[in-house]
Amino acid sequence: MFNISKYDEAGSLDGALEFLSEHPAAKVIAGGTDVVIKMQGGKLREVELFSIRGLAELKGSKCSPDGAVLLGPLVTFSQIAGDPFLQDNIPVLTQAALSMGGPQIRNIATIGGNICNGAVSADSAPTLLALNAELRLQSARGERKVPLREFYLGPGKVDLRPGELLTGIMVRPEEYLGYHGHYIKFAMRKAMDIATLGVSVLCRVEEGKVLRGVRIALGVAAPTPIRCPEAEAFAEGKTASAETLREIGRLAVRSTKARTSWRASQEYREHLVAELVPRALQEAMRAAGGEGNA
Amino acid sequence: MREGKGISEAMRMPGVKGLSEAEGLSEAEGMSEAEGMSEVKGISEVGVMRMSEVKRKPGDGTTPENVLRKISFTVNGKALTLYVDIRESLLEVLRERLGFTGVKKGCGVGECGACTVLVDGTPIDSCIYLAVWADGREIRTVEGLAVDGQLSPVQEAFVEEGAIQCGFCTPGLVLSTTALAESGKEYSREEIKRELSGHFCRCTGYQNILKAAERAVHEGGHRCAHCEHEREGEKRI
Amino acid sequence: MAYDTVGQREIRVDAVAKVTGKAKYTADFRERDLLVGKILRSPYAHAWVRHIDSERAQALPGVEAVLTYADVPHIKFSTAGHPYSLDPGHRDKEDRLILTDKARFVGDAVAAVVAADELIAEKALRLIEVEYEPLEVLTSPEAAMREDAPLIHEVKRNILSTFGYEFGDLDKAFADADRIFEGEYQTSVVQHCQMENQIATAYVDENGRIVITTSTQIPHIVRRIVAQALGIPWGKVRVLKPYIGGGFGNKQDVCVEPLAAVMTLAVGGRPVRLELSREECMIDTRTRHAIQYRIKTGVKRDGKITGIRIEAISNTGAYASHGHSIASSGGGKFRYLYQVDALKYEPVTVYTNLPVAGAMRGYGTPQIFYAFECHMEDIARGLGLDPIALHKLNFVETGFVDPIGKNKVLSCGIRECVDKGREMIKWDLKKKLYKNESGDKRRGLGMACFSYQSGTHPVNLEIAGARIVLNQDGSVQLQVGATEIGQGSDTVFGQMVAEVLGLPLDMVHVVSTQDTDLSPFDTGAYASRQTYITGMAVKKAAEEVKAKILDFVWGMTDTPAQALDLKGQKVIYKHSGEVLMPLAEVALQTYYDPVFARPITSDTSNNARVNAMSYGVTFAEVEVDLKTGQVGVLEIYNVHDSGRIINPQLAEGQVHGGVSMGIGYALSEQLLYDEKTGRVLNNNLLDYKLPTIMDTPEIGAAFVELDDPTGPFGVKSLGEPPAITPAPAIRNAVLDATGVAFNRLPMNPQRVFEKLRQAGIVG
Repeated sequence: MFNISKYDEAGSLDGALEFLSEHPAAKVIAGGTDVVIKMQGGKLREVELFSIRGLAELKGSKCSPDGAVLLGPLVTFSQIAGDPFLQDNIPVLTQAALSMGGPQIRNIATIGGNICNGAVSADSAPTLLALNAELRLQSARGERKVPLREFYLGPGKVDLRPGELLTGIMVRPEEYLGYHGHYIKFAMRKAMDIATLGVSVLCRVEEGKVLRGVRIALGVAAPTPIRCPEAEAFAEGKTASAETLREIGRLAVRSTKARTSWRASQEYREHLVAELVPRALQEAMRAAGGEGNA
Repeated sequence: MREGKGISEAMRMPGVKGLSEAEGLSEAEGMSEAEGMSEVKGISEVGVMRMSEVKRKPGDGTTPENVLRKISFTVNGKALTLYVDIRESLLEVLRERLGFTGVKKGCGVGECGACTVLVDGTPIDSCIYLAVWADGREIRTVEGLAVDGQLSPVQEAFVEEGAIQCGFCTPGLVLSTTALAESGKEYSREEIKRELSGHFCRCTGYQNILKAAERAVHEGGHRCAHCEHEREGEKRI
Repeated sequence: MAYDTVGQREIRVDAVAKVTGKAKYTADFRERDLLVGKILRSPYAHAWVRHIDSERAQALPGVEAVLTYADVPHIKFSTAGHPYSLDPGHRDKEDRLILTDKARFVGDAVAAVVAADELIAEKALRLIEVEYEPLEVLTSPEAAMREDAPLIHEVKRNILSTFGYEFGDLDKAFADADRIFEGEYQTSVVQHCQMENQIATAYVDENGRIVITTSTQIPHIVRRIVAQALGIPWGKVRVLKPYIGGGFGNKQDVCVEPLAAVMTLAVGGRPVRLELSREECMIDTRTRHAIQYRIKTGVKRDGKITGIRIEAISNTGAYASHGHSIASSGGGKFRYLYQVDALKYEPVTVYTNLPVAGAMRGYGTPQIFYAFECHMEDIARGLGLDPIALHKLNFVETGFVDPIGKNKVLSCGIRECVDKGREMIKWDLKKKLYKNESGDKRRGLGMACFSYQSGTHPVNLEIAGARIVLNQDGSVQLQVGATEIGQGSDTVFGQMVAEVLGLPLDMVHVVSTQDTDLSPFDTGAYASRQTYITGMAVKKAAEEVKAKILDFVWGMTDTPAQALDLKGQKVIYKHSGEVLMPLAEVALQTYYDPVFARPITSDTSNNARVNAMSYGVTFAEVEVDLKTGQVGVLEIYNVHDSGRIINPQLAEGQVHGGVSMGIGYALSEQLLYDEKTGRVLNNNLLDYKLPTIMDTPEIGAAFVELDDPTGPFGVKSLGEPPAITPAPAIRNAVLDATGVAFNRLPMNPQRVFEKLRQAGIVG
């Protein structure tokens, strides 16, 4: 038995927004893999739950004719991982989705929940950051659009205002068309684990080896998931030699604010950044080459 | 779309570009709990709990009226309507209320996989799945796999390959394997491992579990009187 | 000798029950009006409990009882699952109370609640106010052994025991040596992580006896210890053991049953369930002792060992539990692997303010063989020898007599094991191939050997009971007091009975539940004893039934029993195989013959005053990613001399599971704690890195089947041994790959990387 004092379910998006404006203390629950576990551990008690699981408006994903992808926040990790469109067009995202937890968790955990709980280790975060994803946030007062990059405020803290719901995650076509990517989840286990470090990269490759539009995003390298602007700027237009890649890795470390915990030391995490960013880029370039350099 | 497991089915729909479109919702799903249930054919009321049986939770104003929800679902093919407590997990309702003790609790937080059941054919950890969410769903537990005393092919494979030791992780693993076997898809060894990676086992080193799962998945096919999968499987072929 | 059922890959007798979800575990028995018990745990690792105010908790509706130190018996008891000893000097250290007035680790039970449900119980726990007087926290043995350290228990310098052994002239041995090797090795705290947490349900029956259903490996011992802890006659307690979700030694300890008993007494005998959460199970059951070793070994130039000195410091945590037995037993089993003239073993077991260490698969041997087999690799490298050659030069031979216990090794297949493993992994080929590894990913090979015992003789009593009843249809029931905990003992006992009585396995109905009112006496599942020790009782009982059947046939047919045999459910002539009559016909007569009816049973016990040594080896191949420190096990093989194998499929399963546990021990598992506060940091399955299926390589299992003359059908121990040597074999392979010796477990990526960097292998 969980320590739940009240449970309501949303019937429609409008109804949900109205409910939330009237019940600011309500805890929104979707897949439950975060909230339920916190209740079980006693971190949440006497909770007023508000389930948005039934909201058809927030399920599924759409692709507009121009290629803009809008992920519904209730899309599960399994749905992302198994989506043929995403597998073909943004494989780095399906890869990241598949690295999360285990199958039973992926079957219920939602992408929206993963973003909104603000975990620095969220497996979707680095890739969505690299894709310059934009969040659609709605409240009874209206909608706002926030780049994911600005959404993370601190460990477990996000720019989600009272009464607001995440209603969509937008990835524009120019952010993925022609790009190749790779996600490395460095963890102590190959499944059922949280990342010691998450590295997601995206790039275009010209003439087989010239890097363009490199994006490097990291999880667990700072209090929030981050991008590495210095390394990205350096990489622009560079021919990808082993030395260039190493330098990109070194520069990526400069954007980090890793800390020492019992899971890993700051030094080790920084070393991993320097080591794994080049590896991820190499893989992304391999993918580019394999597909005829889109 | 609910039985069709969402995405892949949606992909084949004309006019859909290949993204996982919103899963078609049955009416009941869209409705809020307080509203009426869509009638399920052949509902049996055996599971109905009287208000007076609600566990006490004194001092906080909790009353049966605000902690109980009436839900309808099927367990191993049998339709049930009953009141569940909003604070209960599906694990608790299945084990303690309905007696499906083949659903095991090993951690309570979705880490070990012992409590895995199939919800509309998909493996989930029932310990972190609220019972109210089962409304309108088709639940399968290990108790529902054998038909007329005959083991399912997955169960047979587990028995014959020596995949069982203490047996505590077995029901969950058998169900996850069942979902794979019934999907009709081909899986590589690595993919099977990935799909079973949400289950801890401390006895077997997973070796014979993998053997059993490979055998069951590759032999495919299944017989299950309680669900529609067989017919779907035939259609696929 | 050829057998019909013994040696066959029979399907385990409980497979169908388990695969259909019908097998009932402790939590699956439903009691009406079941109350819930919960424990209030100390947030301090070391503190006096000065005052407890439970008034507000008591007053909470739905709370049935609140218990503190003041409300429970004050009889110190030992939780260790050993047979009782009539010699008071041989008993385990009695240092535990059901609820304590002094917290000795974070999580120590200081109060408890019985309530109508879990939520009320949890709320009640939050309402209990405890006043603590914190004391200095001692997490390392060094700190605990300081002269001025506060005492955790009333023992000098917190030292539980220093009992060791010595034989031969060590000074002379070192003087005779051409080379002296010294090394230090350190193992970590790990946890069993059996899938079913500790759970017990207790009530008082209509005759006033306490009935406890519990997930235990040792029902008869639980009965005794509960009675001792409560100060009541042993017969007042009845213990039932249904199917259990694994134990690995964690349930060879009495962790929850005395408190469950006290709880039911506090509520007028109503049923109470005390179920630990995973988080509780990982701090307040048992762990594997972390032991640090210092080893000094003298060797001749050719590698012949002249003498060994091993110093060990074993951290037993807050209570003794199995305490010094772990270090002691590890040292005892070690003596049977190498032929040396002088050996001195100096273990110290120390109390600290950490979770309690106890029995865990291997019982001290994974630690000592980790240390010594690492050391052997270091010696081989120092002398420029192949480790296989070094091992073979020093192994004992069949006929070896232990200089201390005088036990004689009647079968020893260690050489055959090594030869087989060497072939399986293609040692010679790959050793050449990987000789000059360069690049960022490097491969290497390692091996490690062990010796183990079958049971605990002569340290403890080895008594086992078995009861067989012949049914009217010619089938039999078998009851044992030994426990099936997943290892497959019920099945191999069934196979033994089937073999003796000429029955198919499905005509042997093995009663899997133990009930101390009904089951024969047996001390339970530990020390890899059951197939060997209980097997003797089972075989003896089956032979007695067989003799009675043939006697009965003699009476029916005038054919002397000695001319008859049982095969294929029939009574046959021994010399020709000709069928005399179906067994079922005899069975029916034993029940219903108007004159001679006398149903056939056997109820026997066997006191096994023998102990057979088993042996084995692990061979491992690894790949080390120098830049990240990740170690991948590419291939791993365990080859065992466990005597004759009764059921190869089940035996392989034991090896797979043990090796997997060993891989976790080597690479990822460690119960982490804050050294200042003693608080455990990762007591859950997300943060404690138990290997998943994706982390587990294919595991090769093989056997060298030499019959041991003392074992029933020639068996020796197998349950624990597979977990002993994977860790040192992997460590030696990592050394082979990188040239860097890791002398501390586990070899997780950060540690490996840091050490490689220190060694200058990577920048």
